[in-house]
Amino acid sequence: MLNSNIIDYLDSKSKEVRLGILDTIGIDKRGHIGGSLSVADIITALYFYKANHDPKNPKKPDRDRIIMSKGHSVLAQYAALAISGYFSKSELKKAKELGALLQGHPEIRTPGIEANTGSLGQGLSIGVGFALAGKIKNLKYKVYVITGDGELAEGQIWEAVTTATFYKLDNLTIIVDHNKLQAIGPIKERYDLGNLKEKFKAFGCEVLEINGHDFKEIIQALDFPNSIYAKPRVIIADTIKGKGIKIAENNAQFHCNSLNKEEYEVAKKDILSY
Amino acid sequence: MIRKESIRDIYGKELVKLAKNNSNIIVLDADLSTSTKTNYFEEEIPNRFFEMGIAEANMVSVAAGLSLNGFIPFVNTFSVFLTGRAYDQIRQGIAVPKLNVKLIGSSCGLSDFADGATHQSIEDIAIMRALPNMVVLVPVDSYELVKILYFSINYNGPVYIRLTRSLVPIITDENDPFSLGKMNVIAEGDDISIFACGVMVEKALESSNLLLRENISMKVINVSTIKPIDPNEVKKHITKKKYVITAEEHSIIGGLGSAILEALEDEPIILRRIGVNDIFGQSASNYDELMNFYNLSAKKIVNCARNFFQK
Repeated sequence: MLNSNIIDYLDSKSKEVRLGILDTIGIDKRGHIGGSLSVADIITALYFYKANHDPKNPKKPDRDRIIMSKGHSVLAQYAALAISGYFSKSELKKAKELGALLQGHPEIRTPGIEANTGSLGQGLSIGVGFALAGKIKNLKYKVYVITGDGELAEGQIWEAVTTATFYKLDNLTIIVDHNKLQAIGPIKERYDLGNLKEKFKAFGCEVLEINGHDFKEIIQALDFPNSIYAKPRVIIADTIKGKGIKIAENNAQFHCNSLNKEEYEVAKKDILSY
Repeated sequence: MIRKESIRDIYGKELVKLAKNNSNIIVLDADLSTSTKTNYFEEEIPNRFFEMGIAEANMVSVAAGLSLNGFIPFVNTFSVFLTGRAYDQIRQGIAVPKLNVKLIGSSCGLSDFADGATHQSIEDIAIMRALPNMVVLVPVDSYELVKILYFSINYNGPVYIRLTRSLVPIITDENDPFSLGKMNVIAEGDDISIFACGVMVEKALESSNLLLRENISMKVINVSTIKPIDPNEVKKHITKKKYVITAEEHSIIGGLGSAILEALEDEPIILRRIGVNDIFGQSASNYDELMNFYNLSAKKIVNCARNFFQK
């Protein structure tokens, strides 16, 4: 299953996703660059390897559900959806314009977007609702919710995790994009959230820690059968905010920032040589 | 004396009936099921009842997720916690995408008289009414409640239903249809129109009878749809004298009174709002005592009506 062809394929897809993010941000327009780039490889693995989904039938009942709880990073998801064919790639450049199909944060008006998220801490609860619905209806779909690490400061996250463990939602995977930077600066300095792995374990989750830019590790984690534990699974993905564009890497200023023409061209070269 | 009923009790039982014919109905509660009366549902249909713990914000967002997968979730807790604690979850996750979630605010107004300001909702209508896409309903009695529940499961979108903890008399006719946005006249009158909702309709009716002795004729209109409101629906009930009173067990800011005032913004009327006068509630030994303290009484309505004629 896990062969070098898949890794090569995902490498090339992740390049497309990053170029899509860059396309969406454009020149001299502010956008959430950092978190979209840190989650780009996880999104790539979900859409182009793991998830059961069909761009021609976005609402098919047995599809796997992918929810971006850290809604500001939706640019990565928009890119993956466009590449998959949910809508035309030309929509990316029009994102956030008046009347655009692609809003600043995820909305269900966009094909392939499952829920309105972006008010942080809520997407996981919505995902819990999805997972619960799957259990009630006895459908075999999986639910993947991507949270930020800064987002884990929201108390509602831990309410949602409690529901997920209490109702034994082993169809739910929580992926933490652990890029270690919140909007203003390093989480450790600004508002330390402690040991994430121990926190999730204490709440009753099965926890895996991986390098969120290594497709081999991402795939292994996603393929790991969590149903044997009857517990929700948490994948803490160690990532680099801004990954793929050098001036944005590990730079909190690029949480939401713009690129001028020169920076844009350099960024494009960075991605192509990534 | 007129027989009074527990509207929340009837809610709990009716929900079971509806759910037996509709497998998409699902009930969430936050550790208040014996008060909200969803305990009947839990007993009868346990596989579609979910205890969500004392975590209202999560409960509301989970309901959004269930709705996005075809269920019709009924979310239950006290109105003060539902609209206050979980406001952002309602706004972002349910109202913006116009999801098919039914929000049931129990123990509304001052009806949880003993528990004090923390548990008394005087601003829930104002909060819910400010949200685009939200329907806001206040059933006046059990007949109307049953029709409202039936409406709400056949309406594809978010609905906030405000339920009292107190006992209420039958006000409407069982055969009166419920139609979203339509108001029903409970008593005819020529001098004054009083628009009331919830428990204040009974008090309006009582005051209109008292006023008859003084040759003041007051038309009583039950407003169970607070949102959407059609200005023409309001205007057709205005008398020639253009005297209007509104009465609600809610703050005078943002509730029924404000809605009626907005609907009549281009009419030369004289309007008086009766409600909780921009102050919080408090504990009391019984409900009537508290209602009287905040001037939510027939006496207050009568005085207000008389004032129109004392120049």
